[in-house]
Amino acid sequence: MNPPASTPLIEARQLVKRFGDFTAVGGINIEVRPGESFGFLGPNGAGKSSTMRMIGCVSPPTSGDLNIFGLDATRHGKQIRGRMGVVPQLDQLDEQLTVQDNLIVYGRYFDIPRAECKRRAQELLEFVQLTDRADSKIEPLSGGMKRRVSIARSLINEPDLLLLDEPTTGLDPQARHVLWDRLYRLKQQGVTLVLTTHYMDEAEQLCDRLVVMDGGRIVAEGSPNELIREHSPREVLELRYPAGTNEEHAFEVEGIGHRQEALPDRILIYADDGEVALKEVHARGSIPESVLVRRSSLEDVFLKLTGRSLVD
Amino acid sequence: MSTPAAIRSWEAHFTQYRSVWKTNVMGSFVQPLLYLLGMGLGVGALVDDSGRSDALLDGLTYFQFLAPGLLATTAMMIAANEAMWPVLGGFKWWKKFHSEAATPLTPNEIAGGVALWQITKSCIAVVGVATVLALFPDTRSWGLLLAIVFGTLTGAAFAAPISAWSATRDGDYSFPTINRFVITPLFLFGGAFYPISQLPDWMEPIAIATPLWHGVELCRNAVYDRLEFWPTVGHLAYLVTLAVVGWVMAARSFNRRLTL
Ligand SMILES: Nc1ncnc2c1ncn2[C@@H]1O[C@H](COP(=O)(O)OP(=O)(O)OP(=O)(O)O)[C@@H](O)[C@H]1O
Ligand SMILES: [Mg+2]
Repeated sequence: MNPPASTPLIEARQLVKRFGDFTAVGGINIEVRPGESFGFLGPNGAGKSSTMRMIGCVSPPTSGDLNIFGLDATRHGKQIRGRMGVVPQLDQLDEQLTVQDNLIVYGRYFDIPRAECKRRAQELLEFVQLTDRADSKIEPLSGGMKRRVSIARSLINEPDLLLLDEPTTGLDPQARHVLWDRLYRLKQQGVTLVLTTHYMDEAEQLCDRLVVMDGGRIVAEGSPNELIREHSPREVLELRYPAGTNEEHAFEVEGIGHRQEALPDRILIYADDGEVALKEVHARGSIPESVLVRRSSLEDVFLKLTGRSLVD
Repeated sequence: MSTPAAIRSWEAHFTQYRSVWKTNVMGSFVQPLLYLLGMGLGVGALVDDSGRSDALLDGLTYFQFLAPGLLATTAMMIAANEAMWPVLGGFKWWKKFHSEAATPLTPNEIAGGVALWQITKSCIAVVGVATVLALFPDTRSWGLLLAIVFGTLTGAAFAAPISAWSATRDGDYSFPTINRFVITPLFLFGGAFYPISQLPDWMEPIAIATPLWHGVELCRNAVYDRLEFWPTVGHLAYLVTLAVVGWVMAARSFNRRLTL
């Protein structure tokens, strides 16, 4: 039973996590409502996993309040964990067990009767399209398959809340799309999703709302569209010049559009209309090797907010 | 009906064991059997012929003297190794314990599952050796059943404190050292192969202080129905204390490592 829709499923106030002197999460506030899918977006070391582990009730907050399902996370961890599914950043499957046994053994941790575990395991393997690998050991499976086993395993207790830490990192595009599709279906079934990602397209695809984290803090919050509207003009003009000549060319196109970013391999010009900006570039006699006009994305939002690119 | 959490955690270990049990059981059998035959018969012929064995071995033949001790030494070796790599690996390599910690299981319950499993593994090995002893008329007795309990307890007394150590480690560098400088010396000097009265005077108290000697004494006396009340209570108290204190320390290590 979920609390009434008005009460948040996750509520964090001034949540802090320190490791010794180092502050991994520096006092964040978040609210996730039932049925919502919520994302943490940020570069390496932003504090995404640290936050997820606090929400997962395996890492006690250093300070601040954290309530999940209306229960205090520090006091009711056991109960909260029972209603939650967790897909950790790195798969923690039992390599020596079969796919099916991984699910059954895990279900037993939740005190689900063995026969019921078996039934659910079958269903879940169908859901992640791994029925034919049910009796295979984990070891020979591909990365994408292991990820799908992890997701199936996390659903064995029919959780109300699913935590996914970088669900698709390291997967090829096709495997990512399969996973996105499965997560979308879960969302439709009413499961609340909380995920972290480095990928803008993933956040745009899956998240109703997200926070951008950097250095343990939240630097922006909103729906993907809101964030783009708020922090980045509609279009981006990408200019590529011969290697190593970016700086002089940046000088040539200075002042065009609202804002510019000189990346190592290209110059980005943020403008309401990319074509207009491009005309101006040409008018100044600057000749890039290649040009691309695209809609702005969360990547651009991130770049603006943190001054750093997301993908390493 | 809900099943106690530590038992549900134990089930995972058991499920994994099912796929490897054949080689595993063979392994735990073969070594003690070799010692039993090699030492028991070979050295036995030498000792029993010397004419001094009656006084030294309390009227037992050397084969009879040696055999029950192998229940305790086998439990020690199986349990010690089960408490090293599998415990470290559960944290460091396979993250098995972390994945358990994400469920309603608490670190105490996870440590409990590990302890139960180590006891199970010790018991399986001890039962294996006891089965071999039951094949020989000289060592066949109902006391073997009690000796199985004592042997398993010896395993627990080693597994618990070693687990507490392993659960705090970041690498396995210390494990071969433990085997070389603790387990093997105990195996040789712990009273399984000869009465510790044969040791130099300064070594005897050391042997008495080690858990293996207590386990060996219990097993041997159980098999030949020579258990005396107070010594037995003393041996049991020693082993139980080691197992319990070790487990409390192990559980504390698990708590610390699983709630970072
Ligand atoms: N157990 C720990 N002990 C000490 N420092 C830690 C620990 N866990 C995380 N950190 C530090 O906290 C910071 C945030 O780490 P975290 O794993 O939360 O980042 P992240 O956003 O998930 O990064 P990534 O995208 O690389 O997964 C990092 O600087 C990391 O080194
Ligand atoms: Mg992370």
